[in-house]
Amino acid sequence: MTTSTTQISPAPPRSRRDWTWVARQPLVGPLAALILAVIVFSIGSPRFLSPYNLSLIGQQSIVIGILAVAQTIVILTAGIDLSIGAIAVLGTIVMAKTVPQVGGVGALLIALVVCVAIGAVNGSLVSFLRLPPFIVTLGTFTAVAAASQLYAGSATYPVTSPLLTFFGQDFGIGAWRTTLGVGVLILVYAVCFYVLHQTAGGQHVYAVGGNPTAARFTGIKINRTLLMVYIMTGVIAMVAAWAALGRIPNADPNAYQTANLDTITAVVIGGTSLFGGRGSVVGTLIGTLIVGVLRNGLTLIGVDNLYQNIATGALVILAVAFDQIARRRTQ
Amino acid sequence: MTNPQTVVLEAHNLVKRYGSVTAINGAEFELRAGEVLAVIGDNGAGKSSLIKALSGALVPDSGEIRMDGAPVRFKTTLDARHHGIETVYQDLAVIPALDIASNVFLGRELRKKGFMGTVLRQLDKPRMRTESMQHLSDLKIGIKSATQTVETLSGGQRQGVAVVRSAAFGKRVIIMDEPTAALGVKESGMVMDLIRQIRERGLPVILISHDMPHVFDVADRIHVHRLGKRAGVVDPKVRSMAEVVALMTGAMEPTEEERNGGA
Repeated sequence: MTTSTTQISPAPPRSRRDWTWVARQPLVGPLAALILAVIVFSIGSPRFLSPYNLSLIGQQSIVIGILAVAQTIVILTAGIDLSIGAIAVLGTIVMAKTVPQVGGVGALLIALVVCVAIGAVNGSLVSFLRLPPFIVTLGTFTAVAAASQLYAGSATYPVTSPLLTFFGQDFGIGAWRTTLGVGVLILVYAVCFYVLHQTAGGQHVYAVGGNPTAARFTGIKINRTLLMVYIMTGVIAMVAAWAALGRIPNADPNAYQTANLDTITAVVIGGTSLFGGRGSVVGTLIGTLIVGVLRNGLTLIGVDNLYQNIATGALVILAVAFDQIARRRTQ
Repeated sequence: MTNPQTVVLEAHNLVKRYGSVTAINGAEFELRAGEVLAVIGDNGAGKSSLIKALSGALVPDSGEIRMDGAPVRFKTTLDARHHGIETVYQDLAVIPALDIASNVFLGRELRKKGFMGTVLRQLDKPRMRTESMQHLSDLKIGIKSATQTVETLSGGQRQGVAVVRSAAFGKRVIIMDEPTAALGVKESGMVMDLIRQIRERGLPVILISHDMPHVFDVADRIHVHRLGKRAGVVDPKVRSMAEVVALMTGAMEPTEEERNGGA
């Protein structure tokens, strides 16, 4: 009979001067970058911190921000969704073209069905046929973008339905006003945060992305989890489409062309690992705001749009480099 | 205390063929209550196929598996788990970014009672944490907080979490498939301690290992697997390591008693 306790050695004591552990917390890097950007731009431009401008940054972040939540969850499963922006664009056109016949509610429902169906196609191919998500969603991206052009007949459709443009309404106190779209953005983050961290399904997303073998051994249905994730991207794409019509009440098949890559940018800058199983929607919200602040701030201080793209690109590479180095350290 | 001679899990005349390859060739198996039974065999001897049959990961072509004397059929690993058989795998089957409590309860999460649990499906994290800490201390693993993510733990500690998960839910049998293969010397020793702790709680353990010193350190009996079937069951107090290796490779023949399943 042994009474020995299996000793788990405690973490090595931190020296008072050793602050590197702070840098290793996943959200510290993105948060520091955001704060730094805000400080720099508020010095560079007196208008930057005005209520109007802050609201504008929020509004400019709505569509990419909402889509980036879905992208985060897909990337947490070690997948990627290149079609998500195209699905949302198709959603806006479906809403705009069907609303005269079926009314606002009908248009929203039809758009929801279309977006979820495309998500389900992605999910089925990725889970049951085990095809690489990159290739699957590249295929659906091409097909969906073309379908949008065909369905729209290369025209754009102004939207006047009060329900479809509902999220363009503003609310707030005094000078601090913003649109309901910003509220939707925050709501989508809150719901997805709850699902990821407070429900079994969310934990299984981390499990499937972090260690699929272990996930299978513990009885998690991997295919079902993946299918649900891609179906959910369809739902979120529809919400993003709705919010997009609130922001700009005009459905245009050529809009949001860079949305797919912008969402990946926000996710990666927010510290979520492209290898799956590591990251959070909180990071993505910060990542979305970093991109929003960077673009807005650079515009305010008069930097050309193309230089903004170079800055964003450099930031993505920097973020991936951090992730890689962090992974090598922990292994 | 259960009678040590009581047989918990047994298999008779198991056969599994893959085309022309016979992985299990009429294997016998017997696990007694409260014992640590080591299963050893050369690479390709078919021990992992035997273990897969016992854990439900493969369905044998013929032969029977009995629990407590009653025939059982495992079509999936879930079937085996419903019978209280849990398996610990060599490759540290944990999720790095989740905390210890979530890992222990992975796939068997507890939900809150009432509206939050049934409608909003909220996890009961406080209860999962408390119960995890209870399981950890049952096995005398000194981890201070179940909210630590598993990636902050060492390899041995991670395997400790996997062992705790199995021990927490394995009501009848724990199977450990090369649990120290990915670990260093000190951490392997920790897992050996855990195996002893589980035996002390009265749960029998099947330990598949290549590591002879570990096997002799912890096993009550040693099942030697060769050419797809049981060559014999030997007593580590009677046989030396060299003899067991010779039995494993066929350089030496087991005694009649060992061939028939030992004392």
